[in-house]
Amino acid sequence: MAPDFARADLDGKAVHLAEYRGKLVLLNFWATWCAPCLEEMPKFSDWQRAYGARGLQVIGVSMDDDTAPVKRLIARHPAAYPILVGDAALGESFGGVLGLPLTYLIDPTGRIAARYQGSGDLGKMEAQIKARIAHISVGPAIR
Amino acid sequence: MKFITALVVGWLLIGAGNAALAAAKPASSIPASSLIQPAELAATLRSADAPKPLILQVGFRTMYVQAHISGAEYAGPANGESGLQRLRERVAALPKDAVLVIYCGCCPWDHCPNVGAAFAALRELGFTQVKVLYIAENFDDDWVSKGYPAAKGP
Repeated sequence: MAPDFARADLDGKAVHLAEYRGKLVLLNFWATWCAPCLEEMPKFSDWQRAYGARGLQVIGVSMDDDTAPVKRLIARHPAAYPILVGDAALGESFGGVLGLPLTYLIDPTGRIAARYQGSGDLGKMEAQIKARIAHISVGPAIR
Repeated sequence: MKFITALVVGWLLIGAGNAALAAAKPASSIPASSLIQPAELAATLRSADAPKPLILQVGFRTMYVQAHISGAEYAGPANGESGLQRLRERVAALPKDAVLVIYCGCCPWDHCPNVGAAFAALRELGFTQVKVLYIAENFDDDWVSKGYPAAKGP
């Protein structure tokens, strides 16, 4: 199972992973200093817009040491999904976030379905998302 | 297309306040003769007889706290002036022929914003025995997962 966590997003809204049960969650660890991460994020926003109503929820967790650069970047380039600021404890709960980008696909039951370390094949990732959301019966949106 | 992507990412980095990062020296600027492979450093650390270098992590604290090379000190990210200054202060009292190993591993080698700048700063200070740990992908895959000596904590 994916370890549960609760954090406030940059807007101060509580984000509790367990509340997304029933949805397919794309949990993306990133940082403002990680160039490959910044290349991926616009695509994740696209996917949230395209597949959100069909059961996908993207969550971004910044592993920056400080919140300020995260807020600056997101203010200029908003993401279409919640952005949290993580820490070492959150990273350790996932077995260690020791290199970015790192993305998990968490199925509607809360199990980790896939782990993508580094700049993955976004086409393959999207195909896996489309295949999985085809089996989701969509409930009311949380956000 | 790659050029456009680089422009966009560079703009994003500058937007994040990391102008120094966007202009940082890439890891590829480090000569091959100044690189050390993980297996070689791990063997040195495990050897009872081999002299041990001073190992400095020039990356991010969130990463260091989760896992770092056993005995390594946290020097801080070299992608900005504050981190570089901290690095300069740490080595200020050392002889110029001190054996230093710096590493990061935050992201794939070609994208690391720290090691190139840290290496250049140490060379500018006159250090002659600086090695950079070549971490091809990340600290997990290239060090921790291989079972090389690692520790946790601040």
